[in-house]
Amino acid sequence: MFWDTLGYIVIAVGVSFDLLGTIGLVRLPDVYNRLQAATKCVTLGTAFLLIGVFIVTGFSATGIKAIICAVFVLITSPTGAHALARGSHRGGVKLWEGSVTDVYAEDNPE
Amino acid sequence: MIQILIYILVFAAFLCLYRMGKGPTPSDRAVALDILGTLMVGFCALSAITTGKDFYINIGISWALLSYVGTIALAKFLENRSFDE
Repeated sequence: MFWDTLGYIVIAVGVSFDLLGTIGLVRLPDVYNRLQAATKCVTLGTAFLLIGVFIVTGFSATGIKAIICAVFVLITSPTGAHALARGSHRGGVKLWEGSVTDVYAEDNPE
Repeated sequence: MIQILIYILVFAAFLCLYRMGKGPTPSDRAVALDILGTLMVGFCALSAITTGKDFYINIGISWALLSYVGTIALAKFLENRSFDE
């Protein structure tokens, strides 16, 4: 019973991270700002949710697969976000006009 | 309790779909697709513990794999390059 309650609390924390990340995806003005807000919040939220599933189910087949899936999401989601940001910048997507610096364009003059 | 969490996840997925429909550039749509894939992994895990069936978590793992491969392919496509460079 204690582990069930703890697992549901961890799952609720993860779902609230997911909701805040997608609100950032809708509200922010630029593709890079949206990518930053949404990727960090949703990656951590989904990892929390899968760890909560592991706490609820214990050392069963579902729990072990949830841990494997959490490790996989924590590795691949920032990699995909980095590839998307690099591809967008090299593909010619402009920054928001309120942005103050563009370090990638300074480091890679073309 | 757990039903409310599932409804919140579905609302977040609809926010992703809003950005996918409205996004001014193709990069916005690609970002929304990536985020939607990660959200659906969590949705599959929640479905696994609410229904008690075991195979939903397998669907989540394979969804994470396919979403990652699709994101890398879209990033190469947005860079205006072909896939073999």
